[in-house]
Amino acid sequence: MSEQLSYLGVPLTRPKVGFFELSSCEGCQLQLLNNEATLLDFLNLVEIVNFREGMSERADTYDIAFVEGSVTRKDEIARLSEIRKNAKILVALGSCACFGGVNQLKNRFRDLEWVKKEVYGDFPIESMEVHPLADFVRVDLEIFGCPIKKEEVERIVTNLVLGKAVHHPEYPVCMECKANENICLFELGEPCLGPITRAGCDAWCTSNRRGCWGCRGPAESANLTQLEEIMRTYGFSSETLLDRLECFGGFASFTETIRSRGKKTPSKRKKP
Amino acid sequence: MKLSCEVNVHHLTRVEGHGNIRISIKNGVVKKAQWEVVETPRFFEAMLVGKHWENAPYICGRICGICSIGHTLASIRAVENAFGITPSAQTTTLRLLLKHMETLQSHILHLYFLAAPDFLGTGSVLPLTKTHPQVVQQALRLKLLANDACDIIGGRRLHPTRTVVGGFTMLPEKAELETIRQRLLSSVSDLLASAELFKTFAIPDFSRETEFVSLKGETNYPFIGGALVSTDGVLKKEHQYRAMTNEYCKTGFTSKLSRLSRPSLAVGALARLNNNFPLLHPAAQEISISLGLEPVNHNPYMGNVAQLVECVHVVLDSVHLIDTLLGTPWQEPRQPVHAKKGEGVGAVEVPRGILYHYYKFDSLGKVIKADCVIPTSQNHANILHDIEALASQYAKAGKKDREIELLAEMLVRAYDPCISCSVH
Repeated sequence: MSEQLSYLGVPLTRPKVGFFELSSCEGCQLQLLNNEATLLDFLNLVEIVNFREGMSERADTYDIAFVEGSVTRKDEIARLSEIRKNAKILVALGSCACFGGVNQLKNRFRDLEWVKKEVYGDFPIESMEVHPLADFVRVDLEIFGCPIKKEEVERIVTNLVLGKAVHHPEYPVCMECKANENICLFELGEPCLGPITRAGCDAWCTSNRRGCWGCRGPAESANLTQLEEIMRTYGFSSETLLDRLECFGGFASFTETIRSRGKKTPSKRKKP
Repeated sequence: MKLSCEVNVHHLTRVEGHGNIRISIKNGVVKKAQWEVVETPRFFEAMLVGKHWENAPYICGRICGICSIGHTLASIRAVENAFGITPSAQTTTLRLLLKHMETLQSHILHLYFLAAPDFLGTGSVLPLTKTHPQVVQQALRLKLLANDACDIIGGRRLHPTRTVVGGFTMLPEKAELETIRQRLLSSVSDLLASAELFKTFAIPDFSRETEFVSLKGETNYPFIGGALVSTDGVLKKEHQYRAMTNEYCKTGFTSKLSRLSRPSLAVGALARLNNNFPLLHPAAQEISISLGLEPVNHNPYMGNVAQLVECVHVVLDSVHLIDTLLGTPWQEPRQPVHAKKGEGVGAVEVPRGILYHYYKFDSLGKVIKADCVIPTSQNHANILHDIEALASQYAKAGKKDREIELLAEMLVRAYDPCISCSVH
């Protein structure tokens, strides 16, 4: 631990790193602790100065801030702005931070009062429409996934420390799935967003015979029309397609497109 | 000595989620002793309304990153109960094995990364990598084993991919299970070393009588489904969970709270152990007794010890489950699902206590109503009352600010609260 690291003979400075969470399951931060085999090496690469879930010490200056979760309450906007002010690089960690994640599913009702009443009855509770981080602050880097893939985070953090560029794959999960020599899930009777979802997870779900739900958002040139055609061919309803497209928020523009064609009206609910 | 002290812990560290502790003592009199939950609600129960049944376990698993397997299994059980599906023996065994491995990874995470630093006088596990490298290595080995097993059975250690209504999308290789079996047997020495380490920890001498609620085991220490029981003698069926939890809202808590026969109740490892001690593996019972834990124990700090005892139980029981699986040829991994109108409850013991998922479906299998009652929300009132009792006891004893602050923090941590989960 703590030996001086170098890259190409140049000594490296361990960046000060802070981890923060807004509305989330804290699963993405947990993924970092789940790197048991490489955890100590990973910890040696950075200096963790703020990680509420893992340590009591706190500091307010850090080079890189990893922020998990989406914004669902006003005080979170203030916290996020403060983190942005203190950090040189702000990284949106996971689908909630990047797109709103599953949390944004409540937005589809377009009636916050009904949502609050459904869960808390008449007890007053504060909440707002769910937003990703980038709606309020500048985000320097996004790490997609629900949850994030630990190998990908380690690669990205290593690149950040070394000052190397970070690139996301532009192609879809389908490519990784094929490379893993899996049977196509459509052939097994499973709907799948693999043809349009951004790769980088090594076809994590589909290699486990679970159709893709699009947690990483759209690939660079996602062909929605073609996917709709495939879904139709295999007998899946547009409702099944919509369920998946709207699950993590990455395909918001796609769901709007489908809805605006009138195939399904928004689930506007009346106040009880 | 008349003590005055102010404890203001904003966003307690080394717990999952956001909670505050506020204690104010003036001249030996407790003016305020509070536990507050300020976590932002996410409204999972509303999110599901109008969604097709297959969304429920997938979305609700994401209530929590630490116990996502437990949430997924409770959700699946609720759907299966609503549709009248009985899982096969193979599915039941695999699910329990997966559940055991989640319990192991979560308990080890809590014991070593969140709780142990208090007993060893540090702010985090990081300094322990230098002062107690063998302890950290033990923890990492145990946690890696549990997580690898979750990958093999559930497809992923967090937000599992293979667990579905009706069974699994695919099965592990038997050779993989054999490897896990060997690693489980090797891990026993790490657990025995953990027990020796915990014997050196000074567990605070504090006790407050409470009602413990858990599943009631029949022939096995319970984890998935069955009757609900309390130490005050309440016995309910799984579908009567509302009568067992009585959720209510309270100012200062974005989470709901629960009560039963008393103003508060406790769930979790200590509750399970208090209610089901004779069903623990004999080796786990032996370790429990050697650590001074026998039912009914009312010291909340002993929750840590109960978790360690459960680690021994789940490791040894997992070896037995794998032997069963290895001794039988694989059957079909999943059975077909036919949606129908109805409602179902799934009760599962997740690491922090008993968890309930309930769904009501229309004839197309769409969710009309969803309800999730989370272990930590059931514990919040008990934590609050414990803090009140602790403040009053230590005000009389004349302890210093920092001492009371640390003991209050350790008390909350002993419940291993999953606050995001409790707010969901």
